[in-house]
Amino acid sequence: MTQALHWRRRQLLGTFGALGMSAALPALAQFRVEVTGVGLTQLPIAVATFRGEADAPQKIGAIVQADLERSGQFRAVDSSGAALDEVSRPDVALWRQRAADSLLTGSVTRLADGRYDVRFRLWDVVRGQDLGGQSYSVVQSDLRLSAHRIADFVYEKLTGERGVFSTRIAYVTRAGTRYTLWVADADGENSQTALTSPESIISPAWSPTGQQLAYVSFESRKPVIYVHEVASGRRRLIANFRGSNSAPAWAPDGRSLAVTLTRDGGSQLYTIDANGGEPRRLTQSSSIDTEPAFSPDGKTIYFVSDRGGAPQIYRMSASGGSPERATFTGSYNISPAISPDGRWLAYVSRIGGAFKLQVMELGTSSVTSITDTTADESPSFAPNGKLLVYATIQQGREALMTTTLDGKIKARLAGQAGDIREPDWGPFLKS
Amino acid sequence: MKQLIAIFSLAAILAGCSSPTKLDDVKVEDRTPTTISPSLTPSGSTAGSGGVGQTTVVPVDLDKTQNTAGGPNGSRVVYFDYDSYSVRGGEDQATVDSNARYIRTDRNRKVVIEGHTDERGGREYNLALGQKRAEAVRRSLTLLGVPDAQLEAVSFGKEKPAVQGSDEAAYAKNRRAEISYR
Repeated sequence: MTQALHWRRRQLLGTFGALGMSAALPALAQFRVEVTGVGLTQLPIAVATFRGEADAPQKIGAIVQADLERSGQFRAVDSSGAALDEVSRPDVALWRQRAADSLLTGSVTRLADGRYDVRFRLWDVVRGQDLGGQSYSVVQSDLRLSAHRIADFVYEKLTGERGVFSTRIAYVTRAGTRYTLWVADADGENSQTALTSPESIISPAWSPTGQQLAYVSFESRKPVIYVHEVASGRRRLIANFRGSNSAPAWAPDGRSLAVTLTRDGGSQLYTIDANGGEPRRLTQSSSIDTEPAFSPDGKTIYFVSDRGGAPQIYRMSASGGSPERATFTGSYNISPAISPDGRWLAYVSRIGGAFKLQVMELGTSSVTSITDTTADESPSFAPNGKLLVYATIQQGREALMTTTLDGKIKARLAGQAGDIREPDWGPFLKS
Repeated sequence: MKQLIAIFSLAAILAGCSSPTKLDDVKVEDRTPTTISPSLTPSGSTAGSGGVGQTTVVPVDLDKTQNTAGGPNGSRVVYFDYDSYSVRGGEDQATVDSNARYIRTDRNRKVVIEGHTDERGGREYNLALGQKRAEAVRRSLTLLGVPDAQLEAVSFGKEKPAVQGSDEAAYAKNRRAEISYR
C-alpha cells in the first residue's frame, strides 16, 4: 500500500519586512540525539540498515532507531552486517539469538522523477510473524518525515500507543542580539525559521491544530502577543493592550486563548478570541496571576498566582471563579503544564536556589523531582503524554531535553552555539 | 535699591577724580586670533583619539541618545532591592522626583516605564515582577502630579539585562525600572 505524504512545511516563512526575516534557511543547528538512562521495560528491536540508505540523503533506518530510543520504550539491538530489505525473509532464529524481539527492515530507492520510494516491514521475531509494512512515495524534503512515520508505525504496533515522531516542536534561540523562533521535527532536526527579531521572543504556544503559533514579542519595545500561521508567515497582533501582554495559552477548541494582561493594573488572567478583540477578565486579585494552562477538556485552567505570598499553582474553572491551590510542596512553583490525558501536572519548583522540573500525579498529589539539573524551564508534554520536553543548562550550555515522565530516560537535543530555550511540543498533525 | 545708590555714588566720585583717558594714547596691541579648541563633550560617540582638531566631526548616535534626547540630564533608572517592588528613598526617589518635574513640563510627552528583574527565576513570572516595579514608579510619578494618561508601565522581565553576569553586583544593576521618553 502506497501513501503519498504531504507536509506543507516548505513555506515556513516570516514575512514581516521590518524585522528582516529571512526565507526558510537550511537548518543551521544540526541536532544530535544523546540518550541516557535505563528504563524498566524496554522492547529490544533491531533496526536493519535500509537497503539504499547509504546513498540516500537521509539515513532512514538511523532516524527510526533514534526516534524509538528517545521514546525510552525501546532498546536498539545491534544489526550491523545485516543486508535486508522489506521483501527479505529474515532468519528469526538468528535475531532471537541476538535477543531482539522485533526486527525492522526496509529500502529507500530514488525514482526517475527525483522522488523517493521508501518501504519497510516489521517482524515479530519471537513468533516469527510479519507485523505489516507500508510504502511511501515522497519528495526528497519529506524523507525525514517518512522515517518518522515509520517510527510511529513501529511504536504503535508494539506499544499500542500513538507515536509522536511526526510531530513538531517550536523553540527560541538567541545569538548575540538576534532572536529566532524555530519550528523543528520532534527530534530537533530539520529546524526552520518562523520569525527572526532583534528583540526577545518568549512563550511560543502551538494552536490545537498545529497550524499556528502564539508567542510574545518585544519587537515594539513592550510585550505583545501575536498569532502566527507558520505555513504562510502571516500573523496577526491579538493583544497590545496598555502595559504588558503575555503568557498565551490556547483553549483546546482553538477558538480562544487565555492570556496575562496588565491593562487594569497588575498581571491578571483574561480570555480573548483567537482573532483578537475585547478580552474578558478571569481573575480578580491584587496579586500576580499568570502562566495559564488549560486542562485537556477545556474546563479547568491551571495558573500561577502569588496571592498567598509566593508563586504557587492554582486551578479554577475556565469560566472564572474561586481558584483552589494545587501545589503545596516548596515555596516557589511556576510554569504548569497538563498532560493530554489530564492525569499529570509538570511544573518547575525553586528548591534552594535551583530550578527543578517536577511531575505531580494529580489523582494522588504525589510529586517527583525528575532531573538532576538546576536550571530547568518551560516543560511541555508530547501529545501522547509519554514524554516532556524542557529547557535546561547542561555542562554550562543551554539545551533542550526530552524525558520520560519518571525521569528515567532522557535525551538531549543538542544545538549549536547560541542559547536555546522556550520549547513547546506541537499536537498530532492530520496526515 | 541701596546697591544702586552706592554704585551711582561711587561712579560720581570716580568721575570727579580721574582725568579722561584719551584713546589716542592707548597702545593698541595686535593680537592674532588663536584657535579655540571645542570644549564639547561628545555625546554617545566612540571617537577616541586624544587631540581634537579643527575638522573633527563628533558623531551623534540616535540609538543611544534616543532615550535621553529632551530628557532630564539626571538618571532615568530607579533601582530595587531583591524581592522588592517599591521605590526606595534617597537617590531612587530623587530620580523619580526629577523625572516627574520634567514630564510635567509637557502634557503631550508620552513616557513608558520599563520594569526589569535580575536573571533568576521563570520568564513569565519575572515579566510580572518587572511589571510591579514599573507600576511602582508609575504610581510614584502620579503621586507627584504626573497625569496617568501620559504614562504606560510595561515589563521586560529578565529579557533585557543592563549588565551580564550571575553575581549580586550584576543582579543589583538589573533590578530596575527605566523611564523611557519615546
